[in-house]
Amino acid sequence: MAKTETSTPDAQPQTASVPLTPIAALAPAIGWLIPGAGHLIQKRWTRGLLLMFAVVAMFAFGLAMEGKVYKPNTGDLLDILGFIGDLGSGALYILGRIFEWGGTNITTANADYGTKYIVVAGLLNIMAAVDAYHIAIGKKQ
Amino acid sequence: MILALQLSHFSAAALFALFFSIVFGITQRNSPNEMLRYGAYCFAVAMVGMFVAGWVMWMLHH
Repeated sequence: MAKTETSTPDAQPQTASVPLTPIAALAPAIGWLIPGAGHLIQKRWTRGLLLMFAVVAMFAFGLAMEGKVYKPNTGDLLDILGFIGDLGSGALYILGRIFEWGGTNITTANADYGTKYIVVAGLLNIMAAVDAYHIAIGKKQ
Repeated sequence: MILALQLSHFSAAALFALFFSIVFGITQRNSPNEMLRYGAYCFAVAMVGMFVAGWVMWMLHH
């Protein structure tokens, strides 16, 4: 026996609509540009400062270890992913490109660790920016 | 010439664990108490995992 589906309004999947308030648009954007700032503008001072410390320190340690800052490229897949990760650092990445921070070639194990630090700093900053958005829309306190 | 920071594999991994634990603790939990506990948990798991992986590699090598 074929199973029939009833299409009552209650059976429809509910999609939660989130109003796009200025803070909901601004928090992730500024959080991406300046690590931790998405939390700071929402008065989450401790969280914002800790996130800023973690991301900036990780990026700085990566540079100190002569890690490579990836440029936009269409070459090796890992290089493309490295660039995407680096881009997550926002202003740190932009400053890094302007002032040509970081090593050019990964020739030592330390430079390899440093390169991973810089990529992961960017990825962690994206997580922080998403968290700032969740706070802005009220999904998180 | 600027000398590059030289970290051992262990200290680089420990520092890495510290930074990602801070971010994971803050972003993955809701209350400050839970954030602290989850951050400490992530750090502990990373450190224990590092020791276990190190010993496993040592045993495979010998």
